[in-house]
Amino acid sequence: MTHPMIEMSQVSKAFGSNAVLRGVDLSVAKGSSLVIIGGSGTGKSVALKCILGLIEADSGQIRVDGKPVGQGDRDAFLARFGMLFQGAALFDSLPVWQNVAFRLLRGSLARPRDEAREIAIEKLRRVGLTPDVADRLPAELSGGMQKRVGLARAIAADPEIIFFDEPTTGLDPIMSGVINDLIREIVVEMGATAMTITHDMTSVRAIADNVAMLHGGKIRWTGPVAEMDHSGDPYVTQFISGSAEGPIEAVR
Amino acid sequence: MTPTFALGTLGRTVLGRLAALGRISRFAASTFSHMARPPFYPREFAVALLNIGWLSLPVVALTAIFTGGALALQIYAGGARFNAEAVVPQIVAIGMVRELGPVLVGLMIAARVTSSIAAEIATMKVTEQIDALVTLSTNPMKYLVAPRVLAALLTVPVLVGIGDIIGILGGYTVAVKTLDFNAAAYLKNTVNFLELRDIVSSLVKGAAFGTIAALMGCYYGMQSGRGAQGVGRATKGSVEAAAVLILAANFVLTGVFFSL
Repeated sequence: MTHPMIEMSQVSKAFGSNAVLRGVDLSVAKGSSLVIIGGSGTGKSVALKCILGLIEADSGQIRVDGKPVGQGDRDAFLARFGMLFQGAALFDSLPVWQNVAFRLLRGSLARPRDEAREIAIEKLRRVGLTPDVADRLPAELSGGMQKRVGLARAIAADPEIIFFDEPTTGLDPIMSGVINDLIREIVVEMGATAMTITHDMTSVRAIADNVAMLHGGKIRWTGPVAEMDHSGDPYVTQFISGSAEGPIEAVR
Repeated sequence: MTPTFALGTLGRTVLGRLAALGRISRFAASTFSHMARPPFYPREFAVALLNIGWLSLPVVALTAIFTGGALALQIYAGGARFNAEAVVPQIVAIGMVRELGPVLVGLMIAARVTSSIAAEIATMKVTEQIDALVTLSTNPMKYLVAPRVLAALLTVPVLVGIGDIIGILGGYTVAVKTLDFNAAAYLKNTVNFLELRDIVSSLVKGAAFGTIAALMGCYYGMQSGRGAQGVGRATKGSVEAAAVLILAANFVLTGVFFSL
């Protein structure tokens, strides 16, 4: 039996007296797409950042491809990941192509500048952007274009694992659909393992193979996306329906 | 207020300050360590040299020329009380090179560079650009902090040297044009009066103040809280800390160079 690509076991994290994660158990199979849903402030982003080592978990164990996080060469570990941040997190001072090719211009994956630019333009084309965008600054782009540049940057070095943090937040429904389709296509095409955080149920249905619901610092329910509507879990049911009535308090 | 409560408050404040000093010292040690170890980022270093050194020249030059001119007027007016007007060149030179040049340049750099570094890095933190750097296998200490601190360490002494010269020229212009000093005698007195120790102390102070200014900008930027308020607090805190530490370092360095 093969081990999961990402495995979280009893992971806890508190900020002061605020216990955000209280023993999270989660497993993502290699090549599959898991979407984590849950209310705002339930620790979804913290869980992703713990896997990447951006935040250190207080307790529990996180394994990536069978190896505990934090052991071995950090650069080699991070080179396996790509991440699309909520606000795209593009570097303001660099033109678009240098944002996309950031990893290819420095460090262990460095390539000649012309080659890095060609790859950047190809990745931009892959996310539906024309080459004339390459020399513009991020501030000159719309929110949807910035997200697509962020997506191009996330896939630039052909990572094995891709994280998407609220990929459609702040976008209109059409642009959200475009981003959802792109994510699905890219993940399938690259055979990558994907973890996505979102509140957007349309995104969940478009992107996910499996869904996990995080509530109260723990995974409430996890299962295939096809079973989500019949999970029998009142928290999941309320979250999917967006109802104010139910076990999840509307005012938190 | 009970004495116990007052003592408790005082103790907590002192402990808080000491803890902050410890964190800043650790940050500084980590910065110097990253400066010495690859990978290096020459492009970021070049941009920092331009921003901190070249683009600070106008404000440094204007500060120095007005200060030198005002100093000449003050020394002339003060010296006239005991028939010592003739000491204007010597006092302007020593005042600019030993104290006013380095301190004013240091404070202008704190205002211009520290605030800009803190605001830029804090905004990067708030918008997750620092996290993005890490996920792209780039250490923010190496990519953001080390080039800026190294650039300040190298360029601020040059700025101080230029500020000293322009300040002396400001004093010279005022003395020759409005106080009827002989131009050649003014310059001769200035050159003859300055010692090597004066110039070395000025440049060493410049290096120390530049390092402090850039370090405080980077430290407060990296420690920034969330949102616009976090960026504002980081910027304000960085300038306050840089200004106070520059003045404290000036006192210590003056003691080291001129009291021992």
